Amino acid sequence: MVSIKLSETKINQIKDICKSFNNEKGELINVLHKTQSTLGYLPAEVQEVVARELNTSTAHVYGVVTFYSFFTMTPKGEFPISICLGTACYVRGAEKVLDEFKRELKITVGETTPDGKFSLSCLRCVGACGLAPVVMVGDKVYGRVAPDGIKDILKDYK
Amino acid sequence: MEMIKLTIDNKVVEVEKGTTVLKAARKIGIEIPTLCYFELKGMNIENKPGGCRICVVEIAGRKNLAPACATEVMEGMVVNTHNIRVLNARRTVLELMLSDHPTDCLVCAKAGNCELQSMAQQLGVREIPYQGEQSTYRKDTSPSIIRDVDKCIMCRRCEMMCNDIQTVGALSAVNRGFTSVVAPAFEMNLEKSPCTYCGQCVSVCPTGALTEVDHTRNIINALADPTKTVVVQTAPAVRVALGEEFGMEPGQIVTGKMAAALRQLGFKYVFDTDFAADLTIMEEGTELLGRLSKHLAGDTSVKLPILTSCCPGWVNFFEHNFPDMLDIPSTAKSPQQMFGAIAKSYFAEKIGVDRKNMVVVSIMPCLAKKYECQRDEFKVDGNPDVDFSLSTRELAHLIKQSNIDFNTLEDEDFDHPLGESTGASVIFGATGGVIEAACRTAYEVFTGKKLAKVDFTELRGLESIRQATIDFDGLPVNIGIAHGLGSARKLLEDVRAGKSKFHAIEIMACPGGCIGGGGQPYHHGDIEILKKRSAAIYQEDAGKPIRKSHENPDIAKLYAEFLGTPCGEKSHHLLHTHYFDKSEEVIIND
Repeated sequence: MVSIKLSETKINQIKDICKSFNNEKGELINVLHKTQSTLGYLPAEVQEVVARELNTSTAHVYGVVTFYSFFTMTPKGEFPISICLGTACYVRGAEKVLDEFKRELKITVGETTPDGKFSLSCLRCVGACGLAPVVMVGDKVYGRVAPDGIKDILKDYK
Repeated sequence: MEMIKLTIDNKVVEVEKGTTVLKAARKIGIEIPTLCYFELKGMNIENKPGGCRICVVEIAGRKNLAPACATEVMEGMVVNTHNIRVLNARRTVLELMLSDHPTDCLVCAKAGNCELQSMAQQLGVREIPYQGEQSTYRKDTSPSIIRDVDKCIMCRRCEMMCNDIQTVGALSAVNRGFTSVVAPAFEMNLEKSPCTYCGQCVSVCPTGALTEVDHTRNIINALADPTKTVVVQTAPAVRVALGEEFGMEPGQIVTGKMAAALRQLGFKYVFDTDFAADLTIMEEGTELLGRLSKHLAGDTSVKLPILTSCCPGWVNFFEHNFPDMLDIPSTAKSPQQMFGAIAKSYFAEKIGVDRKNMVVVSIMPCLAKKYECQRDEFKVDGNPDVDFSLSTRELAHLIKQSNIDFNTLEDEDFDHPLGESTGASVIFGATGGVIEAACRTAYEVFTGKKLAKVDFTELRGLESIRQATIDFDGLPVNIGIAHGLGSARKLLEDVRAGKSKFHAIEIMACPGGCIGGGGQPYHHGDIEILKKRSAAIYQEDAGKPIRKSHENPDIAKLYAEFLGTPCGEKSHHLLHTHYFDKSEEVIIND
């Protein structure tokens, strides 16, 4: 088994979330949602605590975490970068923008840079198709992004 | 009960409301093929995820074909189980499944017993038209079980067994789509997971995705080594199941043929785990009486109920899940390990063989025994008391490999002194048997009276949790019995909560007890096989001249010559063990 290496504060946070859902097994997805939004991600130790609190197996929790792409076991970067791959952005070159981010940050989708600053993910449409291709860094939206404009975007966060 | 009338393949059938099309069809002799579906009738064991779609049928008026295993009957339903549309769909489903399955059937451990292979034969698949990427995954080998998930068809039977029936929670479907596999949490190896090695996943796996670690080669090597004295012991449940591997009817008792085969294989001494089961009763029974007497005398520190400890899957389970109660189980070793300890001390001394030159092999209905015999506490200077544990299936392979015509063998007896046993030890193989054997001895020792009737039929049966009160000459002794780890968990949670009224509880990890063990010939969901094995166990007991462990003359001799008294100093050293906390460690670092 995995040893649990979490701070007591974090363990209590998870316990409180589970309690707010009456420690119901059937609420696993909601519990994971809330836990991820509180802690940022769902590492093995967190899943162990959730399993114990909901009286289910860790294997089951892990099964759910790995089934839904929304859940992540790697911490997001300080500045999470999301590239829209919706139809409008895609036809206007979003893939090239994504490739440039991958090259520049030396990570692929779903990963975080070793310094913990940036993470890369894809999404489908933020409702700003007129600005395609669109990139989000945290809550900030960048429109009409071209591959050669990426360095400038990253500069804002270094 | 409301009855529903429907037509299947032009035959009219009437069944209870809520019945599935699959079961309604079976009632009139129509066998719709299934793959993921699995049932052990009467044991509340059923798997019907409706995932594989092999059982699809056409239902008049419905656009899509429907899975028979998960579709309930409706009044006036018209079902066709084998028209061209159904046959084509069924074949396509299977061909797609085979397109992502290794084709190493010639050398697969499951060949001949594989339900996927049988299905390909049944549906007449002669080529796999779909070629494409195949999913690959690492092989995971634990002390007992091998996971080769390349062969997994995602039927989820193992997951059902591990979670719903056993409540072990070692396995779950993880990831999604093409990359999904059944795996422990974080895809760690089985050895690191809470797996108890009960082997029930193996016993229901339709393919070669879950199999046992095969030790037959090691045995062949040991038997060929002139410096080794190779000793074999056979568990009670093996003798009522081994015959099935040679085409015999389930429930045939093949004790004599098995002893003859083992001798032909070259084992120098053919002994019986039943001898050690009698020994277990002497130790465990004494422990029970000891605790009971203290309890009656008002000692509140005494731990009751006492739990049986013969089943290694169960021992693993409580070490993982009930680490706060490690002082409750009997400290008596399992019969396999008692045998090993006595063989490599008492018997080795008797024949003047150094324990390092003795190889003790056990034939077990069990996969957890493979792990048990490797546990460090059962070794002396690194030398294990039991060197190898083979499953019933592996023994059958070994016999077949050695050109022995099992069916025509003349019956032979076990060797002495570790081959003598009583009826009490035989019933260890069925759920309720250990506690019945313990009652036969404990009653007579406690009351000083002879039992009028040795059969405690109230302790027998296949319900997953049973209870009975045995009258010890005025003292009511409350007995609990559970088989299947999920049932065990329920009894144990009562004990933890202080709500248990039992004095003693017998627990077996496998449904049915050892007769349904993870190492037995595959039953493919046929409950009748388990019932016949169980009946054979009690038949063997009834036919024994001695039916109480304490009356076994060689056991009496062993105590007189070597051990002293039950639970005495030497017995304690050789025949008792201790348990470990295997729950996850909690480290808090702020």
